[in-house]
Amino acid sequence: MALPAYAGWGERVWYYAFRFICFLIFVFLISPILIVLPLSFNVEPYFSFTPGMLAGDPDAYSLRWYKDILTNGMANPEATTGWWADVWNNAQWIRSMRNSFFIGFFATLIATALGTMAAVGLSRSEMPFKKKIMAFLISPLIVPLVVTAAGTFRAFSELGLAYTHLGVILAHAILGIPFVIITVTATLVGFDNSLVQASYSMGATPLKTFFRVQLPLILPGVISGALFAFVTSFDEVVVVIAMASVEQRTIPRQMFSGIREQISPTILAVATILVIISIALLATLEMIRRRGERLRGVTPT
Amino acid sequence: MTSTADVIDDKLLQKRLDKAMFNRRLRAFLLVLPILLFLLVVFIIPIAYFLFQGIYDKTFSSIMPQTTEVLSEWDGTSEPTEEMFAALAADMVLARENKTIGKVATRVNRDKPGSRSLFTSTARKVSKLEAPFKESLPDVKDKWNDIEVWQAMKTASRKFTPGYYAAALDLKLESDGSIVRQDEKRRIHMILMKRTLQISFLVTVFCLMLGYPIAYLLATLPAKTSNLLLILVLLPFWTSILVRTTAWIAMLQAQGVVNDLLVFFGITADDARFSLIYNKLGTLIAMTHILLPFMILPLYSVMKGIPPSYVRAAKSLGATNWTAFWRIYAPQTIPGVGAGAILVFIVAIGYYITPALVGGQEGTMISNTIDGHMRQSLNWNLAAALAGVLMIVVLSLYWLYDRIVGIDNMKLG
Repeated sequence: MALPAYAGWGERVWYYAFRFICFLIFVFLISPILIVLPLSFNVEPYFSFTPGMLAGDPDAYSLRWYKDILTNGMANPEATTGWWADVWNNAQWIRSMRNSFFIGFFATLIATALGTMAAVGLSRSEMPFKKKIMAFLISPLIVPLVVTAAGTFRAFSELGLAYTHLGVILAHAILGIPFVIITVTATLVGFDNSLVQASYSMGATPLKTFFRVQLPLILPGVISGALFAFVTSFDEVVVVIAMASVEQRTIPRQMFSGIREQISPTILAVATILVIISIALLATLEMIRRRGERLRGVTPT
Repeated sequence: MTSTADVIDDKLLQKRLDKAMFNRRLRAFLLVLPILLFLLVVFIIPIAYFLFQGIYDKTFSSIMPQTTEVLSEWDGTSEPTEEMFAALAADMVLARENKTIGKVATRVNRDKPGSRSLFTSTARKVSKLEAPFKESLPDVKDKWNDIEVWQAMKTASRKFTPGYYAAALDLKLESDGSIVRQDEKRRIHMILMKRTLQISFLVTVFCLMLGYPIAYLLATLPAKTSNLLLILVLLPFWTSILVRTTAWIAMLQAQGVVNDLLVFFGITADDARFSLIYNKLGTLIAMTHILLPFMILPLYSVMKGIPPSYVRAAKSLGATNWTAFWRIYAPQTIPGVGAGAILVFIVAIGYYITPALVGGQEGTMISNTIDGHMRQSLNWNLAAALAGVLMIVVLSLYWLYDRIVGIDNMKLG
């Protein structure tokens, strides 16, 4: 959309005005995420820039909130031996982090396994009721989280699954399924089915065909679906509020009560770490996408 | 001339083909079956069970079975009989022993506020009372002569009741089964629903206003630049909602960055800082930020597919930039606008976290109230009825989305 040489002054003004508007919208999108980074190094227990920070005084910055992530909830933060073991077992944020990864991992596993299988079935031309099933499998994305949380909590309480890790994992698996379905079916659209037939004709079993022929080719879709499912679980808080006791507290749950009860820059330090994690995830996804494009012989123009 | 053998062979072939096709269909379906069963057991049945409570409440009838039976024969207007009083006394003795009288009191209290203590205090003395109960019960509390208490009990004794849905819509179920409007000052749910719809609508409009230019820019820039800029859209998308909500608190609070800047530039005085958060405005800003990628991504994927030659052709035929955009380009982006707008609206209408954290009093939405009924007032039935109303809205929008966009066209990233 480069400005043509014959553009009149009106067009020129509009061209730069439009770019400026877009710039402002990008500022709106990104600034809240960037603002968190410097604020997390605040030496004062405030959520705002102190005059010292603005003046660039090194004393106005500190790592105390990052230290707080490790020490908050520890049995004995002054101990000289067994400090890291204490952190691992007792620090609130570290425990939440362990819960988040544990729950996220298994929820992703269930959602990805079931979702990939279903997506393979849905991509077959002979699949009956394709659209209806698809609409059904995407529905967890649409149903308000409060309703999902209330329903699963009510039913899981009767089964003794409320306030257990398994309960949270199952509920999070539900929420991850739509993402796996969407990404894997999208990858399968470009899949050449004659490869499967070729594999069968050479005597491979369906299972072997799937793992040796189909899966390696749709792997980018499966991985990005899994990443989506993981992030969904990692970020989810409404189900956790209903379903989890202190034992299953995850990072977002801890942040939620942190914001409500005693707002401290520790939350900003955690937020900074989470932003870095999401940058890493985004980079992974971008790499997968580029690799996929290279393999398919598509080069960005 | 066809021989008999050929005919049989044809039929046989057809049969075998049918069987083969059936087997293929079955195999495809078997791949989907596990996930269908999984969702049915842990998702659909639980939600159906929860929503069912919006019309079903057996609290009263299971704890007070004798009273329920005699109340079902009572016409609701005549004077309560000795038989009714006796049944009530007998049930209350049992309920007191089983420590379930509190549940009954809470249940009846919903239909007749102020009757909770009537039950709990009477239950303490009821085992010592003697017939005729028609006189001894009112001796304990003369409120037992109030026919409205009996009417409330009759209403509460119905297992299947439209009462909670009525309450969710600010209506009231009378004991004779008729439905009237709730008193003026108790009509809170309609205000809440209007506010929820209003916030969702405004967020959708803001997302469209901010998302359209960005999607247009991304779609028209060279791929190298647009891929870089796309990261600026995807980074918020991948960042935790809690992080973004926290960030907005840091931005918008009284001592926050935005107010600091406004003071610095002299737009407002230091002691007259704007309250930008913990109100409806805070909810609107934070939700627009969080849902903006849901608008940009579908818009972008539609705009990328629009050939630039159409606009060029329009211009070469003499259209001004304005006409070329509105008459040629914009109509082709409608599918993207529809997809993004419905998606944003659906997600917004059920939003919970952001309103709960930055909404304050006037920025809360229906999800927060549903949660409040479950957690604080422990009225699961009313929560279920409100959730049912919300589900009706969401599912109709989902159906609309399927009709306009098609579920299989949903894309991410």
